[in-house]
Amino acid sequence: MIAMDETDISFFKDGLRLDGRKADELRPVKIEVGVLARADGSCYIEMGGNKVIAAVYGPREVHPRHLQEVTRAIVRYRYNMASFSVEERKRPGPDRRSYELSKVSREALEPVIITSFFPRSVIDVFVEVLQADAGTRTAGINAAAVALADAGIPMKSMISSCAAGKVADTIVLDPMKEEDNFGQADLPIAMTPSGEITLMQMDGGLTPEEFHQAVELAMKGARDIYELQRAALVKKYNQMTEPGQAEVHACD
Amino acid sequence: MPVTNVISEIKKDFIYNLLLKGERIDGRSFHQYREISIERDVIRKAEGSALVKLGSSQVLVGVKMQPGEPFQDTPNRGVIITNAELVPLASPSFEPGPPSEVGIELARLVDRGVRESKAIDLEALCIEPGKKVWIVFIDVHILDDCGNILDAASLGAIAALLSTKVPASRFGLGEDYILPVRDIPIATTAIEFNDVLMFDPGVDEEAIANTRLTIITTAEGNICGTQKSGTGMLRPEQVYRIIDIACENAREIREKFLEA
Repeated sequence: MIAMDETDISFFKDGLRLDGRKADELRPVKIEVGVLARADGSCYIEMGGNKVIAAVYGPREVHPRHLQEVTRAIVRYRYNMASFSVEERKRPGPDRRSYELSKVSREALEPVIITSFFPRSVIDVFVEVLQADAGTRTAGINAAAVALADAGIPMKSMISSCAAGKVADTIVLDPMKEEDNFGQADLPIAMTPSGEITLMQMDGGLTPEEFHQAVELAMKGARDIYELQRAALVKKYNQMTEPGQAEVHACD
Repeated sequence: MPVTNVISEIKKDFIYNLLLKGERIDGRSFHQYREISIERDVIRKAEGSALVKLGSSQVLVGVKMQPGEPFQDTPNRGVIITNAELVPLASPSFEPGPPSEVGIELARLVDRGVRESKAIDLEALCIEPGKKVWIVFIDVHILDDCGNILDAASLGAIAALLSTKVPASRFGLGEDYILPVRDIPIATTAIEFNDVLMFDPGVDEEAIANTRLTIITTAEGNICGTQKSGTGMLRPEQVYRIIDIACENAREIREKFLEA
């Protein structure tokens, strides 16, 4: 790889970004619900070059036992990157980054999961990043939230996640790889449709005014993603309610 | 395994009722920090060190440096490695063993402050491009967790770096010199409980709140890192309010304890 610097890359051409997007435009998003047969709920998402799959198991028995809570279900979230998902092979297994991302992603979803309905049980969320292109944590949270709904886990609302960044002194929505690597800031958030923030991280450099702008832009992105999540769920469950053959029960 | 503090219901109620009256258990205002003391150069064997006391919380940070190989994609830059030990002597809820999730998050946030503020000029730490660079190890040792160890650890890290001497002579690389530090990042943490924002939470206050937001600011008053933690939610107005107060608090701490 050629070593690049913030200085030898131009992020805008004729007012458009390297991939032809406007500053406040998302990358193309594709969401599919119920893509795994064994999981209780699942979702596959593509956001730009990111390909991420999420599965939900549970509520189910907690192992090891001592982790169980008497008054509520616990939520576990495992963010994992496939070794082939990035340019240079990633060593398989968890590293410090994935521990941190798993923690904040879990905390992004937990506020809306009604855990009190399932004492002494666990809701497991597994997220596998198959192809990474900046924004894997937000893609993972979006897929996980849909997978939770698909698993029928009671939730107070959906969670949608999106990042804003700063490149060439401009605040942009949903930064892609080049913008993330050589840009000036990255601010991923997750929120409910009514705008309550459940995840907020940031690194880079922003003035308080720019921070404000970036939060507003990321929230706009998250609202757009919410519509797509909703449409994907409606699509799947509409198909299921269409009149089909009568069910046959083995025990009848 | 779970690093959480248990607090009795009666104490919870007590804190909550005080809070409704606009008071905190130790009499501070909601935005006020506990007393801060920073003692530098406490460990002679380390290249730099600082013992930070934030109220009764105590954190010791040591900096060690040694030459090593750079990362392949940054051949002319030094390396920062930040680690945190939540040793069991510091709290009944810390346990020995591999770093917990909380410990990893803490170390990564301390690292984020130092890295994103560009406090250390990594290019100046290059000895031989592609072959040899200085590796800066920032090791955080929590000694007494009485709340908000994150802000204490970040403060300790920058204070230790400000007192760091590059041990060049030990490795035959010329004379020792003071590590140039270009910025002073300050982490400021607030918890949210019932729409009350409390800065520098004590250990019992941490136990009642389930939302925390940390803002790391640079000397210029810009934001170089944030992290929301915990299982609650924040409204955008609350975020902006925390940022305003955090900038103010950070400026005060920086001026009082770290500049000149």
